[in-house]
Amino acid sequence: MTVESTAARKPRRSAGTKSAAAKRTSPGAKKSPSTTGAEHELIQLLTPDGRRVKNPEYDAYVADITPEELRGLYRDMVLSRRFDAEATSLQRQGELGLWASMLGQEAAQIGSGRATRDDDYVFPTYREHGVAWCRGVDPTNLLGMFRGVNNGGWDPNSNNFHLYTIVIGSQTLHATGYAMGIAKDGADSAVIAYFGDGASSQGDVAESFTFSAVYNAPVVFFCQNNQWAISEPTEKQTRVPLYQRAQGYGFPGVRVDGNDVLACLAVTKWALERARRGEGPTLVEAFTYRMGAHTTSDDPTKYRADEEREAWEAKDPILRLRTYLEASNHADEGFFAELEVESEALGRRVREVVRAMPDPDHFAIFENVYADGHALVDEERAQFAAYQASFTTEPDGGSAAGQGGN
Amino acid sequence: MAEKMAIAKAINESLRKALESDPKVLIMGEDVGKLGGVFRVTDGLQKDFGEERVIDTPLAESGIVGTAIGLALRGYRPVVEIQFDGFVFPAYDQIVTQLAKMHARALGKIKLPVVVRIPYGGGIGAVEHHSESPEALFAHVAGLKVVSPSNASDAYWMMQQAIQSDDPVIFFEPKRRYWDKGEVNVEAIPDPLHKARVVREGTDLTLAAYGPMVKVCQEAAAAAEEEGKSLEVVDLRSMSPIDFDAVQASVEKTRRLVVVHEAPVFLGTGAEIAARITERCFYHLEAPVLRVGGYHAPYPPARLEEEYLPGLDRVLDAVDRSLAY
Ligand SMILES: Cc1ncc(C[n+]2csc(CCOP(=O)(O)OP(=O)(O)O)c2C)c(N)n1
Repeated sequence: MTVESTAARKPRRSAGTKSAAAKRTSPGAKKSPSTTGAEHELIQLLTPDGRRVKNPEYDAYVADITPEELRGLYRDMVLSRRFDAEATSLQRQGELGLWASMLGQEAAQIGSGRATRDDDYVFPTYREHGVAWCRGVDPTNLLGMFRGVNNGGWDPNSNNFHLYTIVIGSQTLHATGYAMGIAKDGADSAVIAYFGDGASSQGDVAESFTFSAVYNAPVVFFCQNNQWAISEPTEKQTRVPLYQRAQGYGFPGVRVDGNDVLACLAVTKWALERARRGEGPTLVEAFTYRMGAHTTSDDPTKYRADEEREAWEAKDPILRLRTYLEASNHADEGFFAELEVESEALGRRVREVVRAMPDPDHFAIFENVYADGHALVDEERAQFAAYQASFTTEPDGGSAAGQGGN
Repeated sequence: MAEKMAIAKAINESLRKALESDPKVLIMGEDVGKLGGVFRVTDGLQKDFGEERVIDTPLAESGIVGTAIGLALRGYRPVVEIQFDGFVFPAYDQIVTQLAKMHARALGKIKLPVVVRIPYGGGIGAVEHHSESPEALFAHVAGLKVVSPSNASDAYWMMQQAIQSDDPVIFFEPKRRYWDKGEVNVEAIPDPLHKARVVREGTDLTLAAYGPMVKVCQEAAAAAEEEGKSLEVVDLRSMSPIDFDAVQASVEKTRRLVVVHEAPVFLGTGAEIAARITERCFYHLEAPVLRVGGYHAPYPPARLEEEYLPGLDRVLDAVDRSLAY
């Protein structure tokens, strides 16, 4: 199939399988453009004080959610927060070189992550620990890179969860290309690409919007607007609300309350289903907040006020769902108590696994540089081996080796 | 008036001086304003010179360099910060296809006085893309000048000179040395920007290095002295142009040369120096020019970087090999 024919392809599912929701005009397309950012619609199903509010467009996507599934979302958020907190303290204890905390972004990540299907493919940034959790990636695998024992740490194909990407925005193009491949294959999987508000300024992200629109790629762009790109507020990246960017590229954009796990689930499901039906890309802007520092090497007191964080704490995604679960009798004390125990056990396991994580073999430097091998790498590996051996075979090897490592 | 300061502080003082003395100088980059940059190199500059002079840019490297080119065309002298070495590549297109070539294309009628500051190199235990040494990729491109200071005094003076240069200068800052302190005499008459300097005299062998590796070579020379070997250390300071005369003069004296850099050896700065010095000093050399540097492999994760980076032992090993000829 040529690229051109992909662009013109028909929806991959027959019209008969379209859900009622799909026949509606997309919410993004309905919005009138705003240049001030003042009047934006925030999709919300759970208010900050935990009340369920109706939304005629998105209720359908969570209408059949069971109390058990709701408890599952809560459990995911609590455990991923626990994992994140453990990683932060492991960094403080010197076990990790760096950590990028997701604190505050649990609802955006769990809601969107739980909306994906096993055959979908996820392209994360470096902060998507909650999404990794949803994809079944062992959380301890995420820590190798931050501990400095590897530059990745997992097989992306075993959970359809791509490696973390440090270069801002690059992965949005990979996601788009992957989605173009899905379309060429005639499959009905979809792709979701994560990125931040800062990343929205990168050329790669603009190009991924262009490509995905032109080729009608089944990709959902999930932007977690956590209000900050290190020290720069979103206003230093854009003058229009980010979700409105999509309009200029010809696909819908929607802003969802990123601290509302139900809304994130519903909106992402909607967007993924659009993609599956061959209706192309969607931009979802999850409006949320990075409650911690950018990473453990950052000092947010240099650039932002405490009051801001306090205001967002009142919108905490976990508390909000807890209030709702309790008020609707979907969870009892026993559930929360058990989860507490599970959470502690997770923390302990993460700590133990990280502390036991061995340093990589020295020869790992030369591993997997090429798939087919390379004479220069072989030569350098041999030189390296001879050099290493020169320390251990020297009669007073102890003193020679003792000089090393500077 | 000499003062002891860290390299990061010396660059900060240098930028401050440039902002003070020339209203056309601008600082641009991600987080350079309130935060003062992730390494605090621009600390306090926005507070004192305002947001019109010290500009927090959107998170877009191609945008940063591309707009700096436009500002330079309009008569400004932008000094842009790339946050880390591995993030210069989104801007590489603008640097290589535009910044480097525009002066020639315009028959010399326009000037592009843009400084691109790049904290580079390893040794700080960072995650990937935060420890690279891509200087050869820039030195290979005609139209760019490429320099790297190794100490606070050079950091201070070379930054002034880079800003005053009418050519684009890629200014590689040895990030693991940011906190190393040294004397800075702000009233001295500095060496020219592209002149190499002998930082330790010796007679048995020349070590040539730049940026972060100069200190390693000085330590190696001190260690070698205890074994009765006299090593000369040349700080190249500039990778484009390279002061081959200075290296040649040293090699004619010592007859042996080892070039040391963190970047991969293959097709690197050391390869160029080895070739040139072999041409110039063939009859003086007692041994082939040897190189110590990184491998033909991606920069490894932090826990392996000590194996990857040239340390004292690897430098001394090369010294022994050279002396064995
Ligand atoms: C190309 C590139 N430039 C700069 C950086 C350094 N950097 C790392 S994270 C970051 C801010 C990212 O902000 P945003 O996209 O909003 O995501 P967040 O970290 O807030 O989740 C910057 C500037 C980088 N990793 N890649």
